[in-house]
Amino acid sequence: MCKRIVSFVFTVVVMFLSPLASVVVQAQLQPPQDFRVMDTPNDGGRSLTLGWRASTFDGPSLQYRVLIAMAVEGPYQEVAAFSNNQHFQKDTKSPWWAHLFEQNNHRFDLKSGGQLMLSDGTPYWVKLVIDNGMDSSETQPLSATSFPNFFNWAQANNLLLLILFTVAVLFSILRARKNPHGFLRRIEGLDAVEEAIGRATEMGKPILYLTGSAAMDNPSTIAATVVLSEVAKKVSAYEAGLIVPHRDPIVLAICQEITKEAYTQTGHPDAYKTEMNFYITDDQFSYTAAVQGIMLRERPAAIFMLGYYYAESLLLAETGHEAGAIQIAGTDADHQLPFFFIACDYTLMGEELYAASAYLSREPVMVGTLRAQDMGKAVLLGALILGVAISTIGEIFQTETLMYVAQVFYDFK
Amino acid sequence: MQYYVPHPASEALLTSASNWMIIIGGFALILGLVSLIQLHMNRIQRNVEGWGYSGVLFAAMFVMVIAGILAGGENLDSERELTGYGWTYSYAMVPLQGTMFSLLAFFVASAAYRAFRARTKEAALLLVAAILMMWGRVPLGEYLWAFSGDIAQWILNVINSSVRRAILIGVSLGMIALSIKIIFGIERMYLGGKKE
Repeated sequence: MCKRIVSFVFTVVVMFLSPLASVVVQAQLQPPQDFRVMDTPNDGGRSLTLGWRASTFDGPSLQYRVLIAMAVEGPYQEVAAFSNNQHFQKDTKSPWWAHLFEQNNHRFDLKSGGQLMLSDGTPYWVKLVIDNGMDSSETQPLSATSFPNFFNWAQANNLLLLILFTVAVLFSILRARKNPHGFLRRIEGLDAVEEAIGRATEMGKPILYLTGSAAMDNPSTIAATVVLSEVAKKVSAYEAGLIVPHRDPIVLAICQEITKEAYTQTGHPDAYKTEMNFYITDDQFSYTAAVQGIMLRERPAAIFMLGYYYAESLLLAETGHEAGAIQIAGTDADHQLPFFFIACDYTLMGEELYAASAYLSREPVMVGTLRAQDMGKAVLLGALILGVAISTIGEIFQTETLMYVAQVFYDFK
Repeated sequence: MQYYVPHPASEALLTSASNWMIIIGGFALILGLVSLIQLHMNRIQRNVEGWGYSGVLFAAMFVMVIAGILAGGENLDSERELTGYGWTYSYAMVPLQGTMFSLLAFFVASAAYRAFRARTKEAALLLVAAILMMWGRVPLGEYLWAFSGDIAQWILNVINSSVRRAILIGVSLGMIALSIKIIFGIERMYLGGKKE
């Protein structure tokens, strides 16, 4: 009898408490709040972005699941699952002007790939499920359509700085035209060009000019070809010999034109020979071996090594030194600079290579761009100082407010 | 442009431009080949000093072409799946390239000897930095002087990195300025034309 009473009481208690327990669980497991689905901004399409307010609950057992369907009624396919301490807006590397949600809100980008294939222009229905292992709750399905964007607003600051720099370049060129006698810092390596060509003429030996190992799409190769024009003018005026071996046939064709034009401009078109420029091979060490051979056989009085170089830099520069030539190198390949610096008589470091044509020609238009570069450097120096100050103050006062200013100079890829 | 415009149209434009560059490069290779043959034929005809090397060049070209044609695209080396051309490349060109690259060690030694003679303040500084770097980079160095590794790393992370970044900032501005000049048609010398 007693057993029956206990059993009855227990059954009543369970029956009474079960709905309460369910209500408690229901109360705890609310569906994600402020759930939003939209096309991912600033991308090439085939991606949707989900955002929702962070849950007050935390714990490794609480999971979010993302479901997607082509129609509101389904069928829904689970495409992602992650714990609730992942995927926040603050984890996304984007500037403050491109933020979609508050920093502590969840953000998840649903990208096409693997089993999920999203098509641009097709509406999709997405819902989010929160799951604690025992119970789950889901949002109302929301629709969004992905499409490609024409502009990446996260890089708007970069474009703005580029426009400002472009304006500075054009303004400096205009100013240089009005006042062509601007000051140019002395660059020893470029002052030595005249000396090197003069030496070659006196010795009756040729000048070897290398345009580097990169193709014509590399700015340093373009800079090297521009300098070749100035060097070729001086060489033709002095009536010295010129040897220009190449690794790239397109650079060869361009350099042939440049050299021909330089000889014509100085009134020595007859002295120009097509074979001054010639192709060797595009293979790195075969080219190096061939140029080393030329250095040791021809014994040029002056060697110019401008452009982009790889491991061959020291092999060439050391052989040139052994050949007894006066060597002028210039590269923006920072890893090769020490080798040139050690083995050559003069080295144009980085930007000096780009300044070389302006320095040699002294044309106002070219000199003007150098002034703009100096202005750019001043702005960057200011930004560096400002950035250090902002970061330091932010660290001291534990505030990120000032970082909004610093982000203007960030590069968000 | 792809940096600012993520649209697939801009990607397609880049792909198209890259394909055109490959096509132009292919045709330009004929120019290069003609230039190479002309130069070395002249050298042989005029019996200039070292004309024998031009003969070696033609012989090597001939061997590579014949090896490729005779093999008919079939594998000569079943283990490495090499065709006739691949076999000559792997067993002749690659060892020669390796030989050239290994020469770098000797050139580094001779260049370092000259650079480290400490005849100027800069060279002395370079010598001290190099000694500290080498000391910190070998196990024996760290065994003898525990801080040497940290000092070497500090030289790399602080002094070396800051100088490299300064150079890179200058290079980047130079590249952008050159690009602007080319885009606006101010600099046309690289096309064989006159400056504005």
